[in-house]
Amino acid sequence: IYDRAITVFSPDGHLFQVEYAQEAVKKGSTAVGIRGKDIVVLGVEKKSVAKLQEERTVRKICALDDHVCMAFAGLTADARIVINRARVECQSHRLTVEDPVTVEYITRHIATLKQRYTQSNGRRPFGISALIVGFDSDGTPRLYQTDPSGTYHAWKANAIGRSAKTVREFLEKNYTEESIATDNEAIKLAIKALLELLESKEIETLVTEIEKEKEEEAEKKKQKKST
Amino acid sequence: MEYLIGIQGQDFVLVAADNIAANSIIQMKQDQDKMFKLSDKILLLCVGEAGDTVQFAEYIQKNIQLYKMRNGYELSPKAAANFTRKNLADYLRSRTPYHVNLLLAGFDETDGPGLYYMDHLSALAKAPFAAHGYGAYLTLSILDRYYRPDLTRDEAVDLLKKCVEELNKRFILNLPSFTVRLIDTEGIHDLEKLMPVGAKLLAPAPSS
Repeated sequence: IYDRAITVFSPDGHLFQVEYAQEAVKKGSTAVGIRGKDIVVLGVEKKSVAKLQEERTVRKICALDDHVCMAFAGLTADARIVINRARVECQSHRLTVEDPVTVEYITRHIATLKQRYTQSNGRRPFGISALIVGFDSDGTPRLYQTDPSGTYHAWKANAIGRSAKTVREFLEKNYTEESIATDNEAIKLAIKALLELLESKEIETLVTEIEKEKEEEAEKKKQKKST
Repeated sequence: MEYLIGIQGQDFVLVAADNIAANSIIQMKQDQDKMFKLSDKILLLCVGEAGDTVQFAEYIQKNIQLYKMRNGYELSPKAAANFTRKNLADYLRSRTPYHVNLLLAGFDETDGPGLYYMDHLSALAKAPFAAHGYGAYLTLSILDRYYRPDLTRDEAVDLLKKCVEELNKRFILNLPSFTVRLIDTEGIHDLEKLMPVGAKLLAPAPSS
């Protein structure tokens, strides 16, 4: 049973299993990533859990190494496997090369792993997209995205999962030099992006700041109208 | 030829290792660091077969880090020592055993300081003080005589100095310098290198 390919081409050049995997990703809760000047931010939508479930055991942002983190959207079980393989590779790289991985290297490793599963007997693709963030040894911040097909790209800001399109549009409009000028601003942008579409249960000091700014803007508009 | 020593106090562990890397009768290097940082509060001191030492120590080091990444917290010194012992034991009855002698020193928030003695046959013993190498034959008796469980940090360093003095006096080999480190609740601290008077040191490597 393990000698038959599951992911095969359709007559018009599609790999349907990969596309179905991407559909699975679209069903997962949203994750957003933003690259600032000296900061990288990952934000995830906290899915509402059942009453009896322990909320804190649902972890969607994971550390791969001391300097690299990732968030995912899609099948949590698949993500666990990918994350574990990435963690092992991070240490293996340090062992053989005496250097920590670059963000691009570990992204490439994860993407290669995903691609292998689109071209192996008896296996199906991983049903996750990942946002990988971190800093290279030279201090440059990086943000990469991978998807079930095994492709990866670097981004300034991106979103994956349920409302990815809406959030990405918001980011395209609001990601400016100004909006990521400081670390705080970058974090606020990530929170604003997520607030765009969900009722957030998390009340932080930054959210109150945003509310204040909104009020100030509304005030300004009122004053403009009256003058 | 190589020498390791560890002394446990009330709330710290003091460890030292010699700095010679030798090849047969030649001293290749006099600033070799034989201590490996397994985590923020655990040091592994490793001597033995050339190559095996670094290979085994780095392998353990990376696996301890992997545990931290996977589980979100670090292994305790006791767990790390047992993990190391198990690995050594597994390799012992394979075609490729590691010929290494180890001291593992660590500080646990709950259990306090700990010193673990491990040898190439994969024996593991928790001890208040321990040493490896020919030097151990000369210094264990000094530790027997002067060790107290309530040593202060300074007293422990003095005891260490006594041991090093004895090596300088009676040990056939010249061991000119020792790296000294201390582990306590705040982590690993580098102490001043011990350089016994009269021991001959090569000119230091030119700094680039």
